[in-house]
Amino acid sequence: MTAMELVCPAGNLQGLKTAIDSGADAVYFGFRDATNARHFAGLNFSTENAVEGIDYAHNRGKRVFLAINTYPQPHNWSAWQNAVDQAADLGVDVLIVADTGVLDYACERWPDLTLHLSVQASATSAEAIAFYHERFGIRRAVLPRVLSLSQVQRVCADSPIEIEVFGFGSLCVMVEGRCLLSSHVTGKSPNSFGACSPGEFVRWTETPAGLESRLNGVLIDRYGPREHSGYPTICKGRYHVAGQTTYAMEQPVSLNSLPLLPELMRAGVAALKIEGRQRSPAYVRRVTRVLRSAIDACASDPKTFTPNDTWMSELAGLSEGSQTTLGAFSRYWQ
Amino acid sequence: MQISLGPVPYYWPQEQLLAFYDDVADSPVDIVYLGEVVCAKRRSLTHEQWLNLGRRLRAAGKSVVFSSLALLEAGSELGQLKRIAANGEFPIEANDVAAVQLARGVPFIAGASLNIYNSRTLEVFTAQGMTRWVPPTELGRSALKALQTTRPNDVQTEVPVWGRMPLAWSARCYTARHHDLPKDSCEFRCLEHPDGLRLKTREDHDFLCLNGTQVQSWQRLNLLDRLPEISDLGVDVVRFSADHPAVLDLVTLTRQALDGNKASGLTMRLDAVPDSNSECCGYWLDQPGMTGQIAPS
Repeated sequence: MTAMELVCPAGNLQGLKTAIDSGADAVYFGFRDATNARHFAGLNFSTENAVEGIDYAHNRGKRVFLAINTYPQPHNWSAWQNAVDQAADLGVDVLIVADTGVLDYACERWPDLTLHLSVQASATSAEAIAFYHERFGIRRAVLPRVLSLSQVQRVCADSPIEIEVFGFGSLCVMVEGRCLLSSHVTGKSPNSFGACSPGEFVRWTETPAGLESRLNGVLIDRYGPREHSGYPTICKGRYHVAGQTTYAMEQPVSLNSLPLLPELMRAGVAALKIEGRQRSPAYVRRVTRVLRSAIDACASDPKTFTPNDTWMSELAGLSEGSQTTLGAFSRYWQ
Repeated sequence: MQISLGPVPYYWPQEQLLAFYDDVADSPVDIVYLGEVVCAKRRSLTHEQWLNLGRRLRAAGKSVVFSSLALLEAGSELGQLKRIAANGEFPIEANDVAAVQLARGVPFIAGASLNIYNSRTLEVFTAQGMTRWVPPTELGRSALKALQTTRPNDVQTEVPVWGRMPLAWSARCYTARHHDLPKDSCEFRCLEHPDGLRLKTREDHDFLCLNGTQVQSWQRLNLLDRLPEISDLGVDVVRFSADHPAVLDLVTLTRQALDGNKASGLTMRLDAVPDSNSECCGYWLDQPGMTGQIAPS
């Protein structure tokens, strides 16, 4: 069976090289501004870094994707347009886009540029994918992390183009591109600013009641002496709901789809994405190596494939709250 | 400006739903959005009953629109969308791009979750048959002002002015999770929460509203004291969320104020609506949506 393409995060030049050296088939990166959905301080690429990174990947026969996957507004539209032009000049292999207007511009101005539909475009059905394919000629769609395995299989069967799914990493439990929780509290959302829970709004305070994490003043969680603290994303905080104090939406956990690799491959999924451009090169190395081994093992013999314990414990050790889940892939969520 | 009433976001039983729409028929609402937008498992009315309700409201002089689900996952949900798109009588509100694709040139209204953030996107959807659009929930007045200057002539703009704001949708059902039930066998527990399920921070600040697979702001948006400003931007329709039966009283007061040109400085709150003293308006002011809401320490 054809192995799925392994698409790995490149938060900076070192991360890009590490991903390529560790077994990535393709890497994805963003510019140092709000045009991409990992707009964090110290991350992302200058033009010079991008040129060097693209050369590094191309010299080793690997592909480079650029994410321009946030939503421009009238006052900053030109920055997104410039980013698309720059991507074409740089010679990236693929542009990952979410905004309909940006897709329209890229398709008209650079008809030879390969376009992928970002997960931030929230396309969960073959019909939605067909809309973007027919109008903008997109060649692949990245599915939001809200579909069960059988739903992914159905989209793959009906989609006119390739499908990419998330294989490992932090888990958005809300459909991507339509989550305003961070925006509601901070005014800055993944859609418009390219970051969820931007660092400038995060505060940690030791109090007699425990360590508290706040986002723009709103208490997201409070930790006991032996509890592991997590980054304050709103969907993974603890709250009061009708007398219960609990993770009302989701506990800190990472997505790990390793046990489903044979099914995903049989469904015709073309590529597996690792989340985590905000992570260190060391993290990227370890996750990429595990996923590379697993994909290769699965491709050579999908019938007998089982994720080995070493891989699973390695990934669990790299997960939020040291826990992994199959997320929406599993029936448990449905 | 016309007044519209969004779909009921909660799972109200059939009698409550029909009684509410009896009142809607007698209210000064101009445009009514019908249908289920959160969870396909909620079936207080069948497709045929919804259509009959639409016909009744149309006979009462209302302009009726059928809204589509915002998050489509199961094949059955797509089937439901196809039936709505092919109803042949009423325009649809597309809350997902799949609905635009299935509308195939039938006029449609673009819901807030279509993410129309810029002029170029507005033009693409206009070319697909969009007759009216609702800006993304987080879009502020400065961006709206810019978009109003470039919007195509034959497209109307509709701005939500009152009610809980939709903030997120998930594959998970948070109401079922709260009751420790799997989504597949949720026992329709949303029926027990006709005003949603209140989520408070651990400091007891009201924060969010869990509504099945949807998360809303707990505090309601209230832009009613800003109607003159909204009107000045050339907005054609102001939308009220049908998230509380008392919304119709507010609609009546708003209609009177708009007709009497007394909308200036209009401050309207309803004792019948819970927590009406803690509302929010941040997005309109280009601030965090919750501004005017909880008082964090």
